[in-house]
Amino acid sequence: MSALADLTSACRARLKPSQVITEPAELRTYECDGLSSYRSTPGLVVLAESTTDIAYVVAQCAALGVPFVARGSGTGLSGGALPRTDGVLIVASRLNSILDLAIADERAVVEPGVINANLTAAAAPHGYYYAPDPSSQQVCSIGGNVAENSGGAHCLKYGFTAHHVTGLEVVMPDGSTQRFGGLAPDPVGYDVVGAVVGSEGTLGVVTEATVRLLRAPQSVQTVLAAFTTIEAAGDAVSAIISAGVLPAAIELMDALAIEAAEAAVHPNYPAGAGAVLVVELDGPTCEVDAQLADVTRLCGASGAFELRVAADAAERGLIWKGRKSAFAAVGRISPDYIVQDGVIPRTALADVLQAIDDVAHRAGLRVANVFHAGDGNLHPLVLFDEANGETERAEEVSNRIIELCLEHGGSITGEHGVGHDKVVHMGKMFSAVDLDVMQLVRCAFDPAGISNPGKVFPTPRLCGERPGKRSGVHPLQEAGVADVF
Amino acid sequence: MSSELFRPTSIDRLSEMLVTASEDGRSVGIRGAGSKESWGPLGAPADVVISTRGLDRVVEHAAGDLVITVEAGTLLADVQRRVAEAGQWLALDPPEPGATVGGVVATAASGPRRLRYGTPRDLLIGITVVLADGTVAKSGGKVVKNVAGYDLGKLFTGSFGTLGVIAECTFRLHARPPALRAVAVATDDPAGCYAALRATGAEPSATEWDGATLTTVFESIESAAEEQAHAAAAATGGEIASSPPAGFGTRPWDGSSVGLKVTHRLGGLPSALRAIDELFPRARVRAYVGSGVVLLGVDAADLASLDSLRSSISALDGQAVVASASVEAKRDVDVWGPVRGLEVMQRIKDQFDPAGRMCPGRFVVT
Repeated sequence: MSALADLTSACRARLKPSQVITEPAELRTYECDGLSSYRSTPGLVVLAESTTDIAYVVAQCAALGVPFVARGSGTGLSGGALPRTDGVLIVASRLNSILDLAIADERAVVEPGVINANLTAAAAPHGYYYAPDPSSQQVCSIGGNVAENSGGAHCLKYGFTAHHVTGLEVVMPDGSTQRFGGLAPDPVGYDVVGAVVGSEGTLGVVTEATVRLLRAPQSVQTVLAAFTTIEAAGDAVSAIISAGVLPAAIELMDALAIEAAEAAVHPNYPAGAGAVLVVELDGPTCEVDAQLADVTRLCGASGAFELRVAADAAERGLIWKGRKSAFAAVGRISPDYIVQDGVIPRTALADVLQAIDDVAHRAGLRVANVFHAGDGNLHPLVLFDEANGETERAEEVSNRIIELCLEHGGSITGEHGVGHDKVVHMGKMFSAVDLDVMQLVRCAFDPAGISNPGKVFPTPRLCGERPGKRSGVHPLQEAGVADVF
Repeated sequence: MSSELFRPTSIDRLSEMLVTASEDGRSVGIRGAGSKESWGPLGAPADVVISTRGLDRVVEHAAGDLVITVEAGTLLADVQRRVAEAGQWLALDPPEPGATVGGVVATAASGPRRLRYGTPRDLLIGITVVLADGTVAKSGGKVVKNVAGYDLGKLFTGSFGTLGVIAECTFRLHARPPALRAVAVATDDPAGCYAALRATGAEPSATEWDGATLTTVFESIESAAEEQAHAAAAATGGEIASSPPAGFGTRPWDGSSVGLKVTHRLGGLPSALRAIDELFPRARVRAYVGSGVVLLGVDAADLASLDSLRSSISALDGQAVVASASVEAKRDVDVWGPVRGLEVMQRIKDQFDPAGRMCPGRFVVT
C-alpha cells in the first residue's frame, strides 16, 4: 500500500466518514485556492473539526512521510494552499469558533477557520474591531490571514496581521502541539509568533490564534477624490503623507479599474475620472476633522475636480464597495486577468506607473491599476483573452511588473504571499544564502520538509548542511541586482 | 581571562572576524554602547567581543518614503537627530542613554510610546545579520509592506545576540506630531482612570503610572492634542501640562537596584498591581497602562518574593523577568522564569548557531 493509502486508512479509523474525502469528484473541488491558474487535485482531503484531529493527521503524515497542506477558506491569491496529489489537504474551515472574546484584555482567541469579518462583527457590539481587513474579509479565515500575514486597506495605519497576533497554538510538523505567546505582550524568548505569522503554512498548522482587538475610533471620515490623471492623484498622496497625516487608508484606482467597478457594483464614481483616490481618516473627532480639512485642501491643490465626503456609513460602504470589489469587477471588462501584487517605495509611484504603462502598451494589453497607494502596494490587473492566445504575453507583462518593483527597491509581494506563484521570483529578491538562512527556521520546525512543501522557497535545503559560506559583498549587490537592505 | 575586543568598520570585516572566531572555535560576545550590559543573564565570558560601534553609518534615509536604513552601531539618538530634520522620528523611546540601534533591537527595548507605535519588532522592516560562521544574510526589505520570505527580523529582535550579529536595520519612520499635551492624574486606580479617559474617545500615544500619578500623553496636531487633553482631564480630574513630568519614560531602577519587567493581560492590571504591592511593597513602579507592562525597581534583598510574583502573574497570562541587575544580584536568580515554547526556541538556536558560540548563556536557550 502507498503511504497515502495508509494515511487514508488511518484517517478513516479515527475520524468520522464525513471528514475524510476520497471521491475524485469531491477532491477536485479543492484543486485550487483563490489563484485558479494552478490546479492540483489533492490525494486526500480531511475536514478537521478540532486541534486533536489536525494533530492526529499531521502525526500520521510525519510517521508515513506524507506531505500536508493546510487550507482555510481558500481565498489566497498566491497558490499558498495549492494541494499536492501525493499529500493530504487539511481543511480548517470547520474550526470556526471564537473561543474567547476577551474585551477587557482587548484580545480574542479564535480557531483558524473563523471568518475575518465575523470577528469584527462579534466585537462590534462592545465597541471593538479586528483591524486587518483584506478585501476578501467577508469570506477569508483568520488562519489563512495568519499564514499569509494578510494586510488590507487599513494596514497603512494599523499594520498587518503580524502586528495583531500575540499568541498561537501550532501543530508542529512532527504532530506535537505547541503554544507560543498569549494574551500578554512580550512573551519571553525568541519571537516565534512573529516567525510563524507569514510563513505560509511551511512551519506547521496554526490551530488557534490570539489576536488584538482595537477600540473602534470615535470618528471615521471617507473622502473620494476624482482626478483627471493618475499622476495628479499620486501627487495628492505624496502631499498628504508629507503633511504628516497618517490616514487609515489611501486607495487609488485608475480609469480602467473605475470602469470595471462601475460595470460590476455601480459605486457611482465621478464621471470622466482618470483616477480616484479613496482616503479614510479615523481617530478622535477633533483630529479627524482637522485632517479632513487638510486632505480635501491637498487633493484640491493637486487638481481633484470632485471631492465627496461620505455622509454616513451607507455612503462610505458604497465608496469601499467599488474598491473592494475591483478585482472581481475586472471580470466584467475582460475575459481573463492576472492580479499582481508588488510593492514599491511610494515616491517611485509615478515612474513605475509610467513603466507599467509602457510595458502593457508594447505587449498590446491593458493593465488596470488598483493599489494601496499610501504604502506603495500595487495591484496591477493584467487583462487578457486566453481564447485569443494572449496568456503568455499577459504572464510576461505580469512578471515584468514584479521586476520593475524590484528595480525600484520594492518587493515581489506586499500581502498575497509567495505561495506557489512567486517562488520563481524569490531568487531575484534574495540571494541563495539569504534563502538558505531563512530555511534554517524551516529546519528547526520541519526538518523532514512535509509542511506545505514547494511553497515560498525555490530550492528546498537539506537540513543539517550549513548555508553556503559567503563573506564579502552580497552577491546580488555585486551583480547590480539589488541594493543593500 | 579577558576577552579580545574587535571593532569591525564594515560588514565584510565583521563577517571575516566571525569566520576566524568560528575556525578557532571561540565564543563571541556582542557589544553596542553597553547601555544594557546589566540586562539578561550573566552568560559565560566570551573569548572574543565584537563591538558594533564601528558600524555607525546611516546607509539611506528615504525621507519621502518614511524609511531609514542604518548600520547597527549607529546611536538611536543620532538616528533621531538625522530624521528630525525631515520632521520624522523612529517611534521607539527606550530611555537608556547612548544606546545603539542594534542594541535596542537585540534586547527589544521599549518605552511608554509603545502604546501607539509598538515595539522594535513592529517597526523593523528589514535586517542584515551575520551568523556565527560569518554567513551574511538579509530578510525583509526597505518597503513597509512586504511578505516575501521568512521575517528573520522578528526572530533577531530580542534575541540578545544569540542567533548572530545584527549588522544593519531598516525601519519604518513616522511623522513627528507637532504638539504634545500631558494629563496628570493623582490616582491609585490607574486602570479605572485610563478606562475613563479612553471612554472620551481620546487616543493617547503613551501612558505611565509611577505609583501615584497616571500621566497620559497626547501627541497630534495642536488643536487635537489640546482638545483630547481637555476631554481626558475633565473625565479624570487631571491637570494638563505641555510636557510630561521629569522622569517620565525612565526606568524605575538604577545600578544599585534590580529591575523587573512584569507583563499581564490588559484586563489584569489591578490584579498585577495588587500582587506587586503585596510582594514588593517597597518597589518603585512604572506601569505602561494599556500596554500590559509594569516595570519595577526593587532591592536585591527582596528577590526572594520573585517566585511568588511569578505564580500570581501566571494567572494573568503574564511573566515576570529580571530586566536589569548587578552581577552579584543575578548569580542566584532565574532571570527569565518559565518560557513557553522553549523546546522550539532551542531548535532554532541550534540551527543558527549549532556550536552555541554566540553570546553563550545570555538568553533562554543554551
